[in-house]
Amino acid sequence: MKKTYINGVGCISTQKTFDTVFLEEAIVNHDENVLAIVPPVYKDYISPAASRRMAKGVKNGIVASALAMKDANVEKVDAIITGTGLGCIEDSEKFLKSILDNNEEFLTPTSFIQSTHNTVGAQIALLQQCKGYNFTYVNGAVSFESALLDAKMQIEEEEAQSVLVGGVDENGEYTTALFKLSGRIKPDNQQPYNLLDSDTSGAVYGEGASFFVLENERKETTYAEVLDIAIVNTLEENEIEAEIKSFLKSNNLEISDIDALVLGFDGNVDFENYYRNLTENAFAETPVLYYKHLCGEYDTASAFAFWMAAKIIKTQEIPEIIKVNLVEKSVYNTILLYNQLNGKNHSFTLITK
Amino acid sequence: MEGVAITGMGIISSIGNSVGENYISLIENKIGISRITNISTVHADVIKVGEIKKTNEELIAELGLGNDNNFSRTAMIGTLAAKQAVENAGITSINEFRTGLISATSVGGMDMTERHYYDYFKHPELVKYIACHDGGDVAEKIAEELGLKGIVTTISTACSSAANAIMLGARLIKTGKLDRVIVGGADGLAKFTINGFKTLMILSDDFNKPFDNERKGLNLGEAAAYLVLESDEIVEKQNKKVLARVSGYGNANDAFHQTASSENGDGAYLAMKKAFEVSGLKPSQIDYINVHGTATPNNDLSEGRAIKRIYQDEKVPDFSSTKPFTGHTLAAAAAIEAVYSVLAIQNNVVYPNLNFENQMEEFDLTPQTTLKNKNIEHVLSNSFGFGGNCSTLIFSKS
Repeated sequence: MKKTYINGVGCISTQKTFDTVFLEEAIVNHDENVLAIVPPVYKDYISPAASRRMAKGVKNGIVASALAMKDANVEKVDAIITGTGLGCIEDSEKFLKSILDNNEEFLTPTSFIQSTHNTVGAQIALLQQCKGYNFTYVNGAVSFESALLDAKMQIEEEEAQSVLVGGVDENGEYTTALFKLSGRIKPDNQQPYNLLDSDTSGAVYGEGASFFVLENERKETTYAEVLDIAIVNTLEENEIEAEIKSFLKSNNLEISDIDALVLGFDGNVDFENYYRNLTENAFAETPVLYYKHLCGEYDTASAFAFWMAAKIIKTQEIPEIIKVNLVEKSVYNTILLYNQLNGKNHSFTLITK
Repeated sequence: MEGVAITGMGIISSIGNSVGENYISLIENKIGISRITNISTVHADVIKVGEIKKTNEELIAELGLGNDNNFSRTAMIGTLAAKQAVENAGITSINEFRTGLISATSVGGMDMTERHYYDYFKHPELVKYIACHDGGDVAEKIAEELGLKGIVTTISTACSSAANAIMLGARLIKTGKLDRVIVGGADGLAKFTINGFKTLMILSDDFNKPFDNERKGLNLGEAAAYLVLESDEIVEKQNKKVLARVSGYGNANDAFHQTASSENGDGAYLAMKKAFEVSGLKPSQIDYINVHGTATPNNDLSEGRAIKRIYQDEKVPDFSSTKPFTGHTLAAAAAIEAVYSVLAIQNNVVYPNLNFENQMEEFDLTPQTTLKNKNIEHVLSNSFGFGGNCSTLIFSKS
């Protein structure tokens, strides 16, 4: 069975994660409950005429995938697999509003076309003329991990030698207002927004696009090997530790083999114990890291974490800004990522040097 | 035994609320295309749709959902079909083996979003529906109703979505990652899609006529269907009845246009070619092709060309589109057509391609227009979606 290597990364996020080394310019924003991406210079990647017609998520997906491919030094891939929670939600909003506001008349198709969930993956394929396998996963917090699991299967089964895999989501104004109403986003005017010592429910929201080139061979650009991904829909708080132990065991690993644990803390006090218990008990002697204070919560935020973990293994450095505890290790070779949302859609991802 | 075992099926569509009802409709030419009644739309007198003639209230009662439920219509029909499939497979303890759910949808909970969009701020009792917009919510709801705790995910690649869900499920069984998986898709009708397809000018104001020279476009439909796939170990251990097998699958991208297919059907051709490679079958071994056949000018031309390319000088097998019965049910289309493909194998029939009159001028392809009884060993089913997403499944007799 072929192994899967992360050979290139590209990340557009609410931090400057392009044209930088590794989060050295990152800032924690305590003032906003919805964070916006730091936009790249789109015209370096997309013609201005094409760019004007494109949804935000499509543009960011195209740039992030171009960065990843350049990083991996590849010009084409065999397959493109995308994860997105809500797709190009701005276009969904736009089309729906024009239906409702104009009583189903005077509509144009552009925003309907872009609202389709697989638009990002399709547009990347169109640009690259990639006629291979092209899947899009849309399952909340495991959208990216579903794509990653599929990509790994593609490589293992030798259906593809190289796969472009990514997670992308964008903020839409009306949708974020609805999320504040439903409690998914923390209410306005409750600054400062802190993640680790939050006593309120809801999350600080964000958006972003992170893409990766996965290949079946180790090469000069290799960041890490993807060992395993597990997705579990429903787990109780007290089942997490056992689940992690059995996941590690199936990969012949123990907790002591994990050099860093990346957790999806999002400041939602209602579900924080899923993470807190691990930090305080089973992984008390392990460096524990977090990231949603930098990139915000969104369905594919865990793709940002995957980018971060790959960077740590390559640079052997952990920026202070992402540390939950003070534990350090001499080397960072094996990293476990765990994420969930509202006690559902749990994912466990293992990467190693 | 080649291929992954199918041990259960469930379906609800405009031509029936069960596998049995759907089959009767298919062989007795009972079509499900009618005027829309459950959604108020200005296009009601113009378009024809394949609508499930049950109101949301009736579906809620059938599922026994509480007043505080926040099920979208898509989630309701999805749950009904998935429950049937699990029951049909004789599964009583859903988490007994490593069991997953791979679902497909394109609209998700859009029907609720479009209904309440501007009312959420005024009516706190509606706020619960905000969370059901999410495409993944349908699968979450189904998993919860089934009590399934393992891997749950959703594929959304427009009109090929369910084919891709079936494909992923088959791969998860083949690679031993799962013992059992429920695969399929659901899409309810929504104003959003009705108007979307309307602006693209591919809706017919008449009954859809796939592969006809004078075809004018598609009728939208709604449906849900799920199949249970199980490993050979479980089949053997529990002495399960295998309905048919998923023997081939392929996905490719046309990489031509976001909403139109290339003229010579590159994506479709590549998807079929891959499916043949996976199955080890030759094109001549296919007894029936359940074509995508949406009856849009573009799809049928592109698909027909791709089929001609696959068969070259060989005879193209009997083929038909079942969309004149059901309408185009988008992300559920490949799932309901998978059920129809299995039924074709079980009953040795080719369904009629209704409404066909004149052969297309571009090629000499004439669909089967009447019910035909013959031995069916292998069925090929195509499904193509926006974004150039092309998928082919092959089903074989067990």
